[in-house]
Amino acid sequence: MLKYLFAKNEDIPAGSAAIFFGFSSIVWFVIGTGLGSFNAAKLAFPDFVTGNEFFAFGHMRQVHVHAVIFGWISMAFAMAMMYITPALGNTRLWSEKLGMWNCFLWNVGLSLGLTLLWAGITSGREYSDFPWPIDLYIACFIAIPLATNVWMTVLTRRTQGIYTTNWFFTAATFMVIIVFVVGNTPEFFHLTGLTEAYMTWWFAHNVLGLWITPVAAAIAYYTIPKVTGNPLYSHRIGHLHFWSVVVFYSTPAAHHLMSAPLPEWLKSFASVEGVLILVPAIAFVSNIMLTMQGKWNMFVENLEVRFTVTGCLLAIPLNMQGGFQQTRAINWYVHGTGWIVAHAHLALLGFSTFLEGAAVYLGLQTLMKRKLYSLTLGNMHFWLLLIGFSIYWISMTIAGLIQGAGKIYEVPYIDVVIAEHPYMIARWIGGTMVFISNVLWLYNMWMTAREGTVVPVGRMPHEMAYER
Amino acid sequence: MAFREYKVGARMFGFSLGTSMCITILFPSFDMRSAVSTEVALDKQLVAGWDAGWNLSDPLMTGANKPVKVLLKNDPKTGQPLEQPTSAYVYPPGAWMPNAVGHPNNLGAGVEGLSVNQGRIGEAKKEGGAVFVIKAAQGGQPAYIENATATKGWIPGDVLKSVPDEDVAHIGAGKTMFVREGCWWCHTLLPEQTQDWQVFGAPPMLGDFNGESPTAFGSDRKGPDLLHVGSRNASKEWMMLHFFNPRLVQPHSIMPRFDYLWGSVDANGQKIDYDKWRAEYTDYREGKNPTPPDVPVPAKNSEARALIDFILSLK
Ligand code: HEC
Ligand code: HEM
Repeated sequence: MLKYLFAKNEDIPAGSAAIFFGFSSIVWFVIGTGLGSFNAAKLAFPDFVTGNEFFAFGHMRQVHVHAVIFGWISMAFAMAMMYITPALGNTRLWSEKLGMWNCFLWNVGLSLGLTLLWAGITSGREYSDFPWPIDLYIACFIAIPLATNVWMTVLTRRTQGIYTTNWFFTAATFMVIIVFVVGNTPEFFHLTGLTEAYMTWWFAHNVLGLWITPVAAAIAYYTIPKVTGNPLYSHRIGHLHFWSVVVFYSTPAAHHLMSAPLPEWLKSFASVEGVLILVPAIAFVSNIMLTMQGKWNMFVENLEVRFTVTGCLLAIPLNMQGGFQQTRAINWYVHGTGWIVAHAHLALLGFSTFLEGAAVYLGLQTLMKRKLYSLTLGNMHFWLLLIGFSIYWISMTIAGLIQGAGKIYEVPYIDVVIAEHPYMIARWIGGTMVFISNVLWLYNMWMTAREGTVVPVGRMPHEMAYER
Repeated sequence: MAFREYKVGARMFGFSLGTSMCITILFPSFDMRSAVSTEVALDKQLVAGWDAGWNLSDPLMTGANKPVKVLLKNDPKTGQPLEQPTSAYVYPPGAWMPNAVGHPNNLGAGVEGLSVNQGRIGEAKKEGGAVFVIKAAQGGQPAYIENATATKGWIPGDVLKSVPDEDVAHIGAGKTMFVREGCWWCHTLLPEQTQDWQVFGAPPMLGDFNGESPTAFGSDRKGPDLLHVGSRNASKEWMMLHFFNPRLVQPHSIMPRFDYLWGSVDANGQKIDYDKWRAEYTDYREGKNPTPPDVPVPAKNSEARALIDFILSLK
């Protein structure tokens, strides 16, 4: 693969960048969930591996979070963009070579950034933990090249209109640059105090709302119509989804700091806008569900559809939680408890991971022109992931409710710690299942690349039968 | 193929995102800029210095180039006893100045002017270091920062020489440890307005953060809020045992051990034998030893000492 970095653009086979990104994302997924399961073990058994700062919870937690967000989620997005954008424009990726370099620099930068975080070198700001030189690196060598490639591919497309998925891709790659640069201004210009705290959550909120959520949804807008053969139910609803993301999702950042002394008008505004996030959410889920009409058998029979629809179904509880837990009436009870950790994993490990998983399955098979090596392993991946995630989510939700009760009834904190302990163990077990499922996935994809049945020209992988 | 048919869309997009940025960044910034530093904020900004997260003056986050807070009983210049013990914030030469120095609009209306005009903070320079004190509020006049190097001729070196070690608190370095070790993944520094008053103490006020960076509010509690922990528990010994191994004082704690912050030697210069300690501790846990092994007292310049100083300063 490395030889393509210095090859002429024309000599690089179409799809190379996407394949490179696809495998990188799976590897980061394995690493990230491995770290997650290690962290969970530390919270359940605090004396598990101690005496060394490199295995301390406070050093490992942010490495897990950034490995899964910047490694797994974002690289899977890049993979999806490099595969879907040209496919929808009936063209090639604008520059495979830029894509290869993008992927290479992404892996290098992320490894460097994670090593620093691991050593404790952090800005001390949640989700923008990377020190500012790494933030600049990410903006210049990760976000901008990706956006350039996506935009140029859309501009040089050979179709009349632009399909829904590509509106989201172009808008999101643009917005993530803005979010990165504006969200890190406290570090670039050393803004301090409440401004810094607020901008930290402005960044955190918008990187989820203007990057992860819309791109994950955009992927579903491609996979479901493509695999089922049904046209998208409604482009109008797609419009509603798109515009309500831009208008509503970009505003409620302050709902993360409901108990900080921010201006009251800002908190009220944020929590009203936060409820309005239900508009894009409902638009998205209903659009996909209605597109499935007449093809629900594929939910059972087809792996990619099953992943995508599961992700969409998980978006329902996700957004119901999201919309209501941030109102003043509910936030005071669940704020700062395991409930929020459960919610974060519902968003990232539930909703978005399942959608991307489908895109990576579909994209890698199509681009490598190889049928998935083993359906059995694919099914095991799905079920371990789903069951593992469910255990995680249920146990942390319960732990969060216990913590919430503890906080309002003023129970001595240590009793809360004791009461949460069984759920910490359950979370570790669930998380470890997720980790194991990803190891199986990596093996399955690797074997697909090496031994998968070749897909004949003009056919899609999902039209062919599995052999194992 | 250009975006001919998408021109309107692109404009609408720019307009929506621009409006959203105005509402969520520009407008709040007016409110936040008008926050006036309270005395709490002045203290926080002076103890921690320029930044406790990653920054160029402390690239490895070892707590280098940080101020210390000292309790003065005598005037370090004249040697005369002071009317009452005074806290001073000593920035040794090379330490980066606090944010109020050289950063406009940092302290808020009133305090900013007093600190610059009466307190002469503009004259403080990194090269020579500086000693700051907080001039308490009196009458209608708010508290402000005074650069005692300029107004009283107190030199950092002299000040440090004139106080015994127990009156020196390495809070700035300790806050760096707090950030580096990820204490804020489990502890918040933000009691909630709705229900935390009784147990964790008063939530912070609007002007309590000016110049502080990072605020390390934390979002996710797995342990108690620490904003006022020093007033619940002011025991150095308890903190020492608890950081070395939380299970010594709280058998059910899930807090990690921070024994590695002790470094290689203890306060008497003896080498700390971690393996022996752990073996003896295991024996104690298994009931083979009636008492746990003694926890070494952290050395004067150890990271553990700085961390304890910081935690006890959270009043
Ligand atoms: C894995 C989560 C975790 C991490 C990381 C952690 N703590 Fe704790 N901490 C706890 C828990 C749980 C308790 C309550 C039980 C106990 O007293 O040990 C606690 C208790 C405390 C207390 C006593 C609070 C009181 O109200 O008496 C202090 C002080 C403290 N921690 C400081 C720190 C510092 C400083 C760090 C970073 C060096 C840190 N903690 C890192 C979980 C954590
Ligand atoms: C093996 C499966 C996983 C395990 C065991 C796991 C475990 C953990 C743990 C222990 C934490 C710290 C939570 C806390 O502070 O209480 C955490 C945080 C987090 N994890 Fe995971 N994780 C897993 C998978 C994932 C995946 C796949 C993603 C995203 C795709 C993810 C995203 C996050 C995020 C965003 C946080 C921060 C949560 C917050 O701030 O509240 N995790 N995870």
